Amino acid sequence: MKFQPIDLAAAGLRPDKRASVYQSTKATHEKRTKLLFEQYNDPDQLRRWAGEVKQHAIENLDAYLPAVEAKLKANGAQVHWASTAESACQQVLKIMRARGATKMVKAKTMVSEEIELADYLGRHGIEALETDLGEFIVQIDHDHPSHIVRPIIHKNRREIARSFEREGLGAYNDDPQTITSRARQFLRHKYLAADVGLTGANFVSAESGRMVLVTNEGNSRFCLAATKCHIALIGIEKIVPRDYDLALLLNLLGRSGTAQELTVYTEFITGPKTAEQPDGPEEMHVIFVDNGRTDVLESDCREILRCIRCGACLNVCPVYRQASGHAYRSVYPGPVGAVLSPLLEGKHGFAKKADLPKASSLCGACHEVCPVNIPIPDLLLRLRNRANQEGIASPGTPPMGAWALLASQPLAWRTALVASQVMNHLPTNLLPIPALRAWQEERVLPEWRGGKFRQWMSQRRKAK
Amino acid sequence: MLNQGRTPITGQRVQLMATCLCDAFYDDVAAATVEVLEHLGQEVIFPEGQTCCGQPAFNGGDWDASRKVVRHTVRTFAGDLPVIVPSGSCAAMLSHGAALEFEKEKDLGEIVALGRRTWELADFIVNGLGVKAWPGRYDATVAFHRSCHSRGTGSGEAATALLESIAGVTLRPFGEGEQCCGFGGTFAVTFPHISAAMGDLKLEHIRAVQPDVLVSADMSCLMHLGGLATKEGQPIKTLHLAQVLRDALKKSGAA
Repeated sequence: MKFQPIDLAAAGLRPDKRASVYQSTKATHEKRTKLLFEQYNDPDQLRRWAGEVKQHAIENLDAYLPAVEAKLKANGAQVHWASTAESACQQVLKIMRARGATKMVKAKTMVSEEIELADYLGRHGIEALETDLGEFIVQIDHDHPSHIVRPIIHKNRREIARSFEREGLGAYNDDPQTITSRARQFLRHKYLAADVGLTGANFVSAESGRMVLVTNEGNSRFCLAATKCHIALIGIEKIVPRDYDLALLLNLLGRSGTAQELTVYTEFITGPKTAEQPDGPEEMHVIFVDNGRTDVLESDCREILRCIRCGACLNVCPVYRQASGHAYRSVYPGPVGAVLSPLLEGKHGFAKKADLPKASSLCGACHEVCPVNIPIPDLLLRLRNRANQEGIASPGTPPMGAWALLASQPLAWRTALVASQVMNHLPTNLLPIPALRAWQEERVLPEWRGGKFRQWMSQRRKAK
Repeated sequence: MLNQGRTPITGQRVQLMATCLCDAFYDDVAAATVEVLEHLGQEVIFPEGQTCCGQPAFNGGDWDASRKVVRHTVRTFAGDLPVIVPSGSCAAMLSHGAALEFEKEKDLGEIVALGRRTWELADFIVNGLGVKAWPGRYDATVAFHRSCHSRGTGSGEAATALLESIAGVTLRPFGEGEQCCGFGGTFAVTFPHISAAMGDLKLEHIRAVQPDVLVSADMSCLMHLGGLATKEGQPIKTLHLAQVLRDALKKSGAA
């Protein structure tokens, strides 16, 4: 029996890492649920509404993208379009070179992970420093984020303290406050020395061109306050129709993602600094990134583009809790990643990640918590079907053709039911079906009683 | 709700979909379902041609194979009688999953129609027939595992309400009740490590409340949890909801 890559990764995960992931996700999920259900009569109705808003937005991007471009330009920003990861990276580099800039401070943005911006800039002689504490730790460790909201959910403070010591940030000290203040001290100078600040955006309003950024550390504010040039890297699916929609979405985002009514900072950015404003970037560039999103929009899984990256589906997912994020070999792990990551690979790359949608018991917890009501299990199923149609091999998956033949011929089915009683007398390793042997590795198989119910039923009928 | 717009119950005849698991392993669960339905005054028809709801291939991604089985199921359960199934999972397959894989098929209408008259057992008793309390007696502390396929349906609450109403039953809620047991169909054999780890966590929560019996409305979850527990040398007693309902009747002599 062959096993799926994510199952093997889970089996090989260090128990202390699994424990960190489990405890942290469980605590956030429970707080999230308490908060939503204590504060709203019907949070599920809010999730449905938010889903409708985002679905409308992604289905009407052809109208909203030009609208947002016009607004942003009117607000004084320059707008760029990047159809691929490479093009997005090149445009960032071009903007920096035009300014003669060599140092960038970065706020947390998943799309920059997706296009591997920091590595790209590094290769071109530009320092791109992560200023979100979690991302900073990922960067100094040459690691990858394992959660979309909490990049270092897989690390404990002792590991972090060792990394800080190694990087010359002070003698070993695993007190979280010390770690935070050391990072803050180190980064403070970096902000001042940087030429460009890079952020993402959680939402962009087509009505006003207003970009919304939610953070908890305030690092994105420093990125913008200390530098003269702001680059915002934004996936095209981040557009919402109206400012009004932000009330609903922000209320759901904070509660769903980090179990907060609102994050510590919610920034509304309208454009570069005006003549009356003393601080802020003089120059603002917005780069809208496609990188496979319009292909997703054309697919039958387009609902995944509603995602607002809160991470609630990761937190509640029993598979993510066992496997942690790196098992998904993708920037976007967990249930949302199991749908989005294979799709973002494009038509020819799909096969590489076609195993991700299999990594689910289809329990539906992700759908139940999703603030934009994405039917994730349905999308996982669609992708499983796509993999099957494309003939992509799936380790351990039992072939269904013979079963379907049997299950559509009642006589054969009934005969097999009774005949299979012979299994009760076979040793485990001689069971005729690999799936049954695999079952027995972890569990006992009950006694085969095929046909007994039908016998009982017909006797009961005769007796009546 | 996943199972919205269902045909209201007016008659006293139903078709039983016994499920392939009961057909192969759990004959007593199917028999208990029959006895429970008959106690409620329903005449139970068992279409002999039935096999499986089609879910294994649907979840496995082989929708051609699954559709073949679903079409067979639609033919087998022809007519307009309610179809009662002692499994939230098979019920969800017919009320939701099948519609998904038939989205582009000409016979979608027939599939949706079958879904509308398909009921998970507890849902049928409480929300279909309006029965709110169960007679008889069953002396036990019970841990009820709400199977995942009853999310978004009335089944979980219906089952809990029935169990709570039985004299002698003490329900013991346990931690992380909303989490999956780890069965997941073919997931159990393609992701055996994760599946078993999820099951162990569930067993840990259940054992912590020391129930006399673990009850569920889905034998698939119980087959997995019971099988794990036995393999680990710490067997637990598992019963389907239908068995508890039937046994409660027997104790009161009402059966």
